[in-house]
Amino acid sequence: MKTTTRTTAEATGFVPVKRPFTLKRWFASTGWRHVVGLVMVVFSTFPLLYVLSASLNPHGTLTGSNALFSKIGFDAYVRILNTPEAPYAAWFGNTLMIAGITALGSVFLGALAAYSFSRMRFTGRRTGLLTIVLVQMFPQLLGVVAIFLLMSTIGDIFPAIGLNSQIGLIMVYLGGALGVNTFLMYGFFNTIPASIDEAAKIDGASHARIFFTIILRLVAPILAVVSLLSFISTTNDFVLASVLLVDPEKQTLAVGLYRLVSNPNYADWSAFSAGAVLAALPVMALFLYLQKYIVGGLTAGSVK
Amino acid sequence: MSIITDEDVANEEKPNRRQRQAARIAEAASAGLKAILVKIILLGLVDAIALYALFVLFAKGQWIVFGLVLAVTLIVNWIYFSPGKLPAKYLTPGVIFLVIFQIFAVGYTAYIGFTNYSTGHNSDKDQAVSALMSSALERVPDSPTYAVTVVDRVGTLSLLVTDPDGDVSIGSNDEPLQRVSDATVEGGKAVAAAGYTSLSFQDVVARTDEITKMAVPYSEDPNDGSLRTPDGRNAYLYLSTLVYDEQAGTMTNTGTGVVYSDTGEGAFTSPDGEAMLPGWRINVGFDNFVRAFTDEGIRGPLVSVTIWTFFFAGISVASTFLLGLFLAIVFNDLRMKGRKFYRVAMILPYAFPAFLSALVWAGMLSESFGFINQVLLGGAQIPWLTNEWLAKFSILLVNLWLGFPYMFLVCTGALQSIPEELQEAATVDGASPWAVFRLIKLPLLLVSVAPLLIASFAFNFNNFNLIYMLTGGGPRDAEASVNVGATDILISMVYKVAFTGQTRDYGLASAFSIIIFILVAVISIISFRKTKALEDLN
Repeated sequence: MKTTTRTTAEATGFVPVKRPFTLKRWFASTGWRHVVGLVMVVFSTFPLLYVLSASLNPHGTLTGSNALFSKIGFDAYVRILNTPEAPYAAWFGNTLMIAGITALGSVFLGALAAYSFSRMRFTGRRTGLLTIVLVQMFPQLLGVVAIFLLMSTIGDIFPAIGLNSQIGLIMVYLGGALGVNTFLMYGFFNTIPASIDEAAKIDGASHARIFFTIILRLVAPILAVVSLLSFISTTNDFVLASVLLVDPEKQTLAVGLYRLVSNPNYADWSAFSAGAVLAALPVMALFLYLQKYIVGGLTAGSVK
Repeated sequence: MSIITDEDVANEEKPNRRQRQAARIAEAASAGLKAILVKIILLGLVDAIALYALFVLFAKGQWIVFGLVLAVTLIVNWIYFSPGKLPAKYLTPGVIFLVIFQIFAVGYTAYIGFTNYSTGHNSDKDQAVSALMSSALERVPDSPTYAVTVVDRVGTLSLLVTDPDGDVSIGSNDEPLQRVSDATVEGGKAVAAAGYTSLSFQDVVARTDEITKMAVPYSEDPNDGSLRTPDGRNAYLYLSTLVYDEQAGTMTNTGTGVVYSDTGEGAFTSPDGEAMLPGWRINVGFDNFVRAFTDEGIRGPLVSVTIWTFFFAGISVASTFLLGLFLAIVFNDLRMKGRKFYRVAMILPYAFPAFLSALVWAGMLSESFGFINQVLLGGAQIPWLTNEWLAKFSILLVNLWLGFPYMFLVCTGALQSIPEELQEAATVDGASPWAVFRLIKLPLLLVSVAPLLIASFAFNFNNFNLIYMLTGGGPRDAEASVNVGATDILISMVYKVAFTGQTRDYGLASAFSIIIFILVAVISIISFRKTKALEDLN
């Protein structure tokens, strides 16, 4: 931990600023930080550069992808979009649809619950909050066997919402919504002054109007964060999607792309990489654009 | 900042009767016509769907579910149409989903853990009997020819049968033939029945596979055989080579003469111990747990997987946190140029979808063709993902790559929120920079970061994607009698036992799930005790 010693020394401004520039002193103050930075930049970006280069490589194999950026072409992108056995466009659309509806639905359900916990006092309120905290401890993932059997039973009676149905999958995700989101939103709702509600109530607004037209607008930042986090976690989900969706055209990107390269040595690696780049670009763009809010949201749950 | 305190609550709590009445009138007066309309339309939709569901459930004779759906629908209508009950109005939608797909799922998991539910045991005894008998069906050599019409009702195919005497009956895979009196008969053959849609020739051709697989029981007694149709026009009687004796509960194979009897283990078993599959689902009590803890082939992997799960989650949190903290300190220097660039470059791994990262790394770490071996190590053949210990190392390395940006962001935020004065005061008092860090900054940092470390531990405890997509849990443990490998964690073991391989053992997988539940519960109780997090919940 020698490094940290120096850091704090620097930060406190022990080193007088006006002294002739020498390489040694520059290195001791900030230069070594750049070295660490460069190492970390290489470590964090080389897999990403690798996948980008592989996607631009027209020929498919894993070995062929090792010479970075030796060939540039968009053949792999054309291939991934035109392979009937791997309906990439359908996966992409499914993922957007399923994750989008899940994000909207869970943020709505969570907001309703958080509003009632934050603004109303009723019997069983504390029990309800405790239950939600406890339910949070047990992710849906653990009940996957039961969920699968439940959905196949439902599918025997109502094929539209049972096994192999995207609506069914969305409903399962919504089942996890309350447990994951309510608490985060509850904390944020509490920071909105209750006097605003009261003023509106005196002016004759109904509870629904207060909720939809006033409160929801004031908590917009947390709604954005929660829906984005829910979107990302739904996109990343493999377990439930792989168990509940059977037909290739109904599957999501996580399941489809996994099946595509379940044995990387024999897969069309460039086509996979092209698919990965196409899938990742919008997510990464959104993430970098909203990073400030996301980081805020991630820490909000803990820092009270 | 006005957070509702307990005092406010106490003051608000008991409005008198007139106040309540006034509130109700105000509430009613303020609700606009549009809002009421929207409410009625939404509830109407819900009720219409519920009504449809009730109708289907009624037709299928699912009485328990029928009762539940009816009760929930009535309660929902009562909540939304009666005045007041505001908390219920806001909580009901989420709670319904929560109860069905999370709380019920937990309970159902517990139930399955006590059954022998698996590939060969997935239905009840009657269905197992009919499945066994229909799998051994052989055409009766002198069977009469039955003229049939294939008909459809809500997606289920049935056969409309005219027997040689001209009597008309109808039946499907699940329902034995029953007389029908109101069928339309043309040229001595029934062609349509009320409530059913007759399939046209094209439909028959399109659904040939489904139709040729049909076996309609001739009567309630499975020993009477079934009707099957090879072409959708004529059907013949098929008899099973198995004879079922319901009284004695035995199956006799008429070909070999072996008698299989129900020994109470969920399958017909011959005297020399050979079980006929499919069997049926029975309650096996603690058998799955006993197997998990005593069967050498399961206990060994279960113990090693549990240890590895804790080890994996612990090391992952520690390594990502230490690297993240180190980087946060390094880049928390205002004099440094280009900090923004480094920051963006370093959070890229976090922004890249996690499941894709694992797949990309799996390709890069491939033994014979991967980038790491071929390019970085000049053609070495290092078994990164197929050697037990290297696979564990690779997983930790990739998880470090995936997780350090998050810890970096969190630690940066926490460091910046520590007031500068503390440090100045300590320096004035003569504390060394290292002491300032260790005694002041680190404790303050840990206060705000500790809950996130616990959350990160919980996340990695169930980090299925990374394990399954990078190594698939492998390399496989050759001594284990279940499909488990060296890098499997508990959740991926549950998934593999339940959903991959030849036999899907739902019962055992659920028993594992329950074991995880208990582990998680114990850890949670301890951490709640320690942090007292639940006490200031209000």
